[in-house]
Amino acid sequence: MRLTWWFRKNLIRVYMVLGFTYLFIPVAYTFAFSFNNGGKSNLVWKSFTLGNWQNPCGAPDVCVALGNSIRVGVISTVLATILGTLIAFAIGRHQFKGRSTINTLIFLPMATPEVVLGASLLAMFLNLGINPGFWPVVIAHVMFCISFVVVTVKARIASLDPRLEQAAMDLYANEFETFRKVTLPLVAPGIAGAALLAFSLSFDDFIITNFNSGTLTTFPKFVYVASARGIPAQANVIGSAMFFLALFIVIAGQLVSRRKAR
Amino acid sequence: MALLHASGSKVSSLKEKRSLLPYLLLAPGILWLFTFFILPIVNLAQTSTQTPVTNGDTGSYEQTFRFANYIDAFVDNKEQFSRSFIYAFLATALALAIAYPLAYGIAFKSGKYKNLLLVLVVAPFFTSFLLRTIAWKQILGEEGPVISVFRGLHIIGQNTSLTASAFAVVTGLTYNFLPFMTLPLYASLERIDPRTMEAAGDLYANAFTTFRKVTLPLSLPGVVAGTLLTFIPAAGDYVNAAILGNPNTKMLGNVIESRFFKIVDYPTAAALSFTLMTAILILVTVYIRKAGTEELV
Repeated sequence: MRLTWWFRKNLIRVYMVLGFTYLFIPVAYTFAFSFNNGGKSNLVWKSFTLGNWQNPCGAPDVCVALGNSIRVGVISTVLATILGTLIAFAIGRHQFKGRSTINTLIFLPMATPEVVLGASLLAMFLNLGINPGFWPVVIAHVMFCISFVVVTVKARIASLDPRLEQAAMDLYANEFETFRKVTLPLVAPGIAGAALLAFSLSFDDFIITNFNSGTLTTFPKFVYVASARGIPAQANVIGSAMFFLALFIVIAGQLVSRRKAR
Repeated sequence: MALLHASGSKVSSLKEKRSLLPYLLLAPGILWLFTFFILPIVNLAQTSTQTPVTNGDTGSYEQTFRFANYIDAFVDNKEQFSRSFIYAFLATALALAIAYPLAYGIAFKSGKYKNLLLVLVVAPFFTSFLLRTIAWKQILGEEGPVISVFRGLHIIGQNTSLTASAFAVVTGLTYNFLPFMTLPLYASLERIDPRTMEAAGDLYANAFTTFRKVTLPLSLPGVVAGTLLTFIPAAGDYVNAAILGNPNTKMLGNVIESRFFKIVDYPTAAALSFTLMTAILILVTVYIRKAGTEELV
């Protein structure tokens, strides 16, 4: 009787524990097997070792792929963040004709399946005689990241109190000073969040990359190709390291913004 | 906006410049999207009606406006076509069932841990999605821990596998797109003023009625956004089917991929891509109209 009462009261909490367990099972598995001394295939648990973490580039080509992913990710993130932020300011702060057309154009890439985006771009590159490789991948990543940047930054701009900018103008700041000293610092967390999102989308993308990369290997492509014969434990090391790094960046970012808010 | 523009005379002197400014801001990004999104789609539409050059090399095609390509492509692959939509629908429904209580709990029941829990919802997705999908394959696989427990408890037969099945593909799709469901749900639940729920309680609504008449309708924009963001990538996915499925669970994405790379049959791949995109866009438009939330983007 008492137990059912407790259960009813805490139903949502019990559910949340189950939900989070489900979310973290594959992450925990990946992390655990990064310590496996399983040789090349890493399918069955053999024995504990720190060797994979001490030598993350030990498996052939894994760090080449990682390097390519980081290069593609950084260039695409910078370009997509700049282009997307400019669009977000145009939509959020200005009146212009053709607004709904622009909104549709921003929405469409997000509503198009990746396989269509990837295949159509490759078909065009092939028609133009451009070989797939590093730059086609960057072009593709910028294309699908722009929309996500626009949506993220636009939401931040919309949440600003317009009275802050008005106050700056009332204090005889001109338009440019108002933008630089008031608007931009207030929107900055949104831009940072958008950049983080763009990088993680780019870093994790497989389908569009697979179509446009030719012989270039990125980290997800390395994992996919290796999965046929077994993934080396070093891939688990890199996956886990990315997890902790991203977690650290997000938590640090939250702490910084909380301190600023005080 | 009007407030901003009306303050001070020096602002109005800048008016001429300002009318051009938004277009300058839009130009580079929109140009990028036009060149690398719109033009390829147009090009894809052209490719979809081409036919092989007679006596030509494999992979060389000419424009003959053969619209029957669409019918052929659809008839040959109607199983994969319907499978894509059924799997995506199941995965979306499952993700909604898992994510709604999770988002609800984070929004209303987690107090000062709200931000931390929100980070934890997204955190698993910082590990490469291929690694996580392969982790599921190994966890559910023949050498994994789950299968022996399930067989020991006679939940499944001794010869039944969990991997290489439709079950595994739908599980993978559900898992992979879960944050796309959880985050919009959380965003719309979090915006609800708790006083509206208290008011419902004051008017003698019980917990269930409050949820049905107040919370759920107010969270509907999140449900619409979340289901779309889950359904669209799930319908076009081929990685889950490739890793967790078997030859009988192939989705449309798998067919497009193999037509492109293995058979170099560009017209069929293009026709299938175009059909998939159109079907999704029609579904999305009808769904948004029905749900009555135009303000999604």
